[in-house]
Amino acid sequence: MHNKTLAELAQGLEQGDFSSVELTQAYLDRIESQDSKYNSYITVTPELALEQAAAADTARQSGNAGPMTGIPVAHKDIFCTQGVRTSAGSKMLDNFISPYDATVIQKFNAAGCVSLGKTNMDEFAMGSSNESSFYGAARNPWHTDHVPGGSSGGSAAAVAADLAPAATGTDTGGSIRQPSAFCNLTGLKPTYGRVSRFGMIAYASSLDQGGPMAKTAQDAAMMLNVMAGVDPMDSTSADHPVADYTANLEQPLSGLKIGLPKEFFSDSLNPEIAALIQGAVKEYEALGATVKEISLPNTALSVPAYYIIAPAEASSNLSRFDGVRYGHRCDEPKDLEDMYKRTRGEGFGTEVKRRIMVGTYALSEGFYDAYYKKAQQIRRLIQQDFVRALSEVDVIMGPTTPSPAFRLGEKTSDPVEMYMEDIFTLSLNLAGLPGMSIPCGFSNGLPVGLQIIGNYFAEEKLLNVAHKYQQATDWHTRKPEGI
Amino acid sequence: MALNRTDVEKIAHLARLQIEESDVQAYADNLSNILDLVDQMQSVDTTDVSPLAHPLDAVQRLRADVVTEENQREALQSAAPAVENGLFLVPKVIE
Repeated sequence: MHNKTLAELAQGLEQGDFSSVELTQAYLDRIESQDSKYNSYITVTPELALEQAAAADTARQSGNAGPMTGIPVAHKDIFCTQGVRTSAGSKMLDNFISPYDATVIQKFNAAGCVSLGKTNMDEFAMGSSNESSFYGAARNPWHTDHVPGGSSGGSAAAVAADLAPAATGTDTGGSIRQPSAFCNLTGLKPTYGRVSRFGMIAYASSLDQGGPMAKTAQDAAMMLNVMAGVDPMDSTSADHPVADYTANLEQPLSGLKIGLPKEFFSDSLNPEIAALIQGAVKEYEALGATVKEISLPNTALSVPAYYIIAPAEASSNLSRFDGVRYGHRCDEPKDLEDMYKRTRGEGFGTEVKRRIMVGTYALSEGFYDAYYKKAQQIRRLIQQDFVRALSEVDVIMGPTTPSPAFRLGEKTSDPVEMYMEDIFTLSLNLAGLPGMSIPCGFSNGLPVGLQIIGNYFAEEKLLNVAHKYQQATDWHTRKPEGI
Repeated sequence: MALNRTDVEKIAHLARLQIEESDVQAYADNLSNILDLVDQMQSVDTTDVSPLAHPLDAVQRLRADVVTEENQREALQSAAPAVENGLFLVPKVIE
């Protein structure tokens, strides 16, 4: 059962081939026996999962099953889950049992889904490799000496290793798309505000967005159907109609206009990745699409702009971790300031401290105009590039990452080198646009992702474009050896 | 933009972060590299470009000013390190 897609599992449950309890137990058994190799989960919740599975089976017997009833999923450990530790990958929240559910968790519960547990992640979602997790790095099932990507690395590793059929992730600068690319998954970062951020532990509030990580575009559509929608508890959630994202997956692609930004295909791009992306574009032409070169001239500026805006917002968001209301508190503080400083010094890891300090510096007196305001102006220029391009083409395509999954420890000594990993993904978060990564081939046995970028609220189109490619190719069905 | 040890200590104080003495130099080096990276922005002319704070230029939604929340003090304080009589306890602030 563990190698099936969500769509196949839903059909199996519907036909009575297996119960949700049987399915859930099969996943729990696999996690128990396999996850020591991948470290993809921080917390597994077998009792809760089996309880939810039994309730789902009962609902089905009484004729109250929806399309996702009884389907097990895993959640990034950034979504607050009532009664369950929600750590955000940090020592700061190692003892935090959430007293409430994030809206995303509530929605999965209401859909009758089963939660297998909480997946590993870079601390407070700050990282591109999952190596900043307090719980140790998750590993890439395609090669366990390599990173699964980050920050949603545990979700990617869990789905790629068949330790969950699909998972939630969050994407502030590429944290759904990059691990999806590294682990041969289909990941979707929706438009900013499409999915509620309530109860999703904040990193950079103007960029953060939750979304699905799955085996196929169809599965991602099923997940997004659960997750999307306006939420009174999140005033930045978008009050925009929600489609049935599974309804138009089969639309033919004849006449689809694809833009290829020349800045994404510079001479410095890894030639194997360039060839695979060009191969995928050829496949789209065979499906009836037309291709033209476009320009996103400010692409390179997305790295500096992001690494001001995100740390600035993080320094503000993470000021709440002060040892007073929740989380870690240092032993025997001698006064309030000592408590704040030691609590935060002990509770946060190195990368989180770096970003808090960069943000604190950028927002400090006298530097605001030179850093934060300048970055927000550049953000406008980056958005205008996309708006211009998307008035001429339907979707933009390019690589998700400049290279396939790198080795554990390869980029930990120099944060700037790690930041350059996000060059192709950051600009979408700055512009608030939706984007996907889908499997399009392999380089030295490691997966490569094709990034597809669409206009605001064009998730339905993106999923359609991804699905048709997956009907014509089989990259997304390839599994790591032994899985 | 190079930061020295004193700069790092000052920023860490502003952020209420205790940094080990032995780590200060490494933070100074890393933060200086990050600031060199972000200084690429300074070469761009952004005269008359309005800052983008929200990608969809959305404005705050308003709701009626009525109480909708139930009192959940006990549940919410269950995660606190120290509480007494419904209050969060911290080290003594006033002598």
